[in-house]
Amino acid sequence: MVMMVTEVAAVNKQQVSTASAQSKILVDDLNLFYGEKQALFNVSLDIKEKEVTALIGPSGCGKSTFLRTLNRMNDLIDGVRVSGNITIDGEDIYASNDVIKLRTKVGMVFQKSNLFPMSIYDNVAYGPRMQGIKNRKVLDALVEESLRGAAIWDEVKDRLKTSALGLSGGQQQRICIARTIAMKPDVILMDEPTSALDPISTLKVEELITQMKKDYTIVIVTHNMQQAARISDKTAFFLNGEVVEYDDTNVIFSTPKDQRTEDYVTGRFG
Amino acid sequence: MATQHTKEVEQQISKGNARKYFFEKLSSKIFLACALLSVISLLLIVGFVFYKGANPFVTGDYSFLSFIFGSEWVPSEDKFGIFPMIVASIYATMGALVIGVPVGLFTAIFLAEIAPKRVAKIVSPAIQLLAGIPSVLYGVFGLAIIVPFLQDNLGLARGQSLIAVILVLAIMMLPTIVTIAETAIRAVPKSYREGSLALGVSEIGTIFKVVVPAAKSGIMAAIVLGLGRALGETMAVILVAGNSLIIPTSLTDSIRPLTTNIALEMGYAAGTHLEMLFATGIVLFSFILILNFVLARLTAKGGH
Amino acid sequence: MRQAKDNLLRAMLWGSAFVSVAILFTIVGYLFYKGFSYISFDFIFGDYSPIGGGGIFPMIVTTIYTILISLIIATPIGILAAVYLHEYAKQGRLVRIIRYATESLTGIPSIIYGLFGAVFFVATLKLGMSIIAASLTLTIIVLPVIIRTTEEALKTVPASYREGSLALGTTKLQTLYKVILPSAMPGILSGIILSIGRIVGESAAIFLTAGTVAAMPDSIFSSARTLTVHSYLVTQESGDIGLAAAIGIVLIVIILALNLSATYISKKFNKADY
Repeated sequence: MVMMVTEVAAVNKQQVSTASAQSKILVDDLNLFYGEKQALFNVSLDIKEKEVTALIGPSGCGKSTFLRTLNRMNDLIDGVRVSGNITIDGEDIYASNDVIKLRTKVGMVFQKSNLFPMSIYDNVAYGPRMQGIKNRKVLDALVEESLRGAAIWDEVKDRLKTSALGLSGGQQQRICIARTIAMKPDVILMDEPTSALDPISTLKVEELITQMKKDYTIVIVTHNMQQAARISDKTAFFLNGEVVEYDDTNVIFSTPKDQRTEDYVTGRFG
Repeated sequence: MATQHTKEVEQQISKGNARKYFFEKLSSKIFLACALLSVISLLLIVGFVFYKGANPFVTGDYSFLSFIFGSEWVPSEDKFGIFPMIVASIYATMGALVIGVPVGLFTAIFLAEIAPKRVAKIVSPAIQLLAGIPSVLYGVFGLAIIVPFLQDNLGLARGQSLIAVILVLAIMMLPTIVTIAETAIRAVPKSYREGSLALGVSEIGTIFKVVVPAAKSGIMAAIVLGLGRALGETMAVILVAGNSLIIPTSLTDSIRPLTTNIALEMGYAAGTHLEMLFATGIVLFSFILILNFVLARLTAKGGH
Repeated sequence: MRQAKDNLLRAMLWGSAFVSVAILFTIVGYLFYKGFSYISFDFIFGDYSPIGGGGIFPMIVTTIYTILISLIIATPIGILAAVYLHEYAKQGRLVRIIRYATESLTGIPSIIYGLFGAVFFVATLKLGMSIIAASLTLTIIVLPVIIRTTEEALKTVPASYREGSLALGTTKLQTLYKVILPSAMPGILSGIILSIGRIVGESAAIFLTAGTVAAMPDSIFSSARTLTVHSYLVTQESGDIGLAAAIGIVLIVIILALNLSATYISKKFNKADY
């Protein structure tokens, strides 16, 4: 089991080396509280541009909470407080209150498809329309481009006006990705995007993520360690709200420095 | 081509979101104002009714105690005692409760637990529908059927009486009690029933020992709501009450509950007389507030 | 022994249900039996005549006026209030106060609303006994109904819709009118239909605020009577049970139609996925 994961990571490494190493997101000493309860402790991460960064760890370890600080989705919950610094492209995202701008720049794909009860077309065009784009030609082109970008254009091009909720789970999730791409974000956050999918759909989404890397910085939370090993360049291991270890993915899966990381990636707990 | 659209999106986004945030703020203020309107309405209602009703006791030299416990209501002679009406309201409501609650509750249990599915499927919505028909119609029916029936069979001079009011109110509260109690009983998890049945308890035993106690808070809410409906009912009651100003001593006495007193005299009352009708409203209001308080306690206990 | 007790209780359950159903159906049956012969085109669309034989068209018009005016005011306010409570407010004291006030309004008997309407809308605001005064009073009566049903409807909108929309960089307001309100619409519509039922069934509050003039209203500032008040008055004043029963039939048909459309709406929207 361990061997297999390691091998996959090693193969992955060769792809990694070509990626640029520019910092995209800098997280410095981040603490997060739900009321009195602290959920994140002194998290510091340097997330590189146009790489896939995986966040792994047992459930309740704070990885999803952390992910949601990057587009400030935690703001929606009453009583959440954040201290520390998060900068994207050198801009402190908590300094300005323009969450709209932040969220157009930092897209998010959720655990389960959360398409709206509208047509496929309207779902993908939703974000741009809300930004005030009304020109039919521009929208048409955007929708096609985004659906192509999410590798689902050929499957849905003949039924754009039908309900998005009639698609399979895997297709829905790729429409969600298309919907996110339509906003032309720099960063895409993914919160266990394949946890509700069958293995074949999962593979398709993973393939897509690997392709998308050339255009976007991707941060993905996953429960599935093989997945982290297959698709990510860097991996951060979260435990009890702390980052235990953050390194190149092949290092995390082959020669982790921390015993707890090793225990987790070899499946001793979690 | 791709870059052109990227630009388009970026242009739109970089326009700035100041306008959006302005509307965001403005709309949340408007929504808050709408929500506050129910508070304002309640304050206005309580304020106006109490202000008008308290006036005779604050500025005039009327005693509140003799208003409550006085047994004579003769506005032309400046006598304002509502004790007979309080008694009539309580008797009528309690009487309706004694008849309406058991019948309504048993009907609800029947529909939720032992009625054949096909029967329940027709009867439940029909009863729900009857909860919505104007209460005046119950009064019309009472006057047309119940009053003459009592008159003929009990040998009364007038069939309009406490018992007629009780019967009309009991019938009127039936659909309310049945509908709400049935919902509460249906909400009891299947596992409760299975647990009891598996222990060898009979179906009926399970219903009364396990299911009904589990639905208690919902059933109590049904009773209190039915009670509130009976206590507050006005027009249907006028038709069958007889409206005499006496303290009822028997079921066949003609009565005038608090609500009907207000409705009957509002048309021509003025000055202190009018204010005393508002004072009557305060007393009715107080009963309802107590009921609401009880209801709030009951639902809080139910843990919903 | 136990068996006997069970059988007795079972008999009581069947008996009670039988009695309830029998009584309630007797009432409806009686109203139809007594009133059916009155129903005709002229009865529904004819003008009222105090000497008898006239129609109920003025009362139908008055009823429609009261429904329209109170809903035009109460629907937006009620929906937005529910939106505030469910989507915007931080759960705290203020929300508790608003909820408490809303619940209290539900429990106030209509005669008290009538008293309030008479002193506030009729006298203080000098609207006089009029359709508008009654409609404003009815607005407050149905407001809590609309708030509560809208809130229930908002609860059924999946949280993931909100997150999905907000994560795309939309404002709460955009999310609200593009995603949340459309999804909650069937529930909101049922609430509105329920409110119409409440308005149609109301008598005491209207009796004290709209007066009893039995003629076609000139405007919303005229005194007039609704169907329900009319059925009360013809019973009380002239003991005309047949006429009252005929109005009762019209009312029951209206309530039935409202109920059916509420059921239809919720069924239709539940089946369709958008």
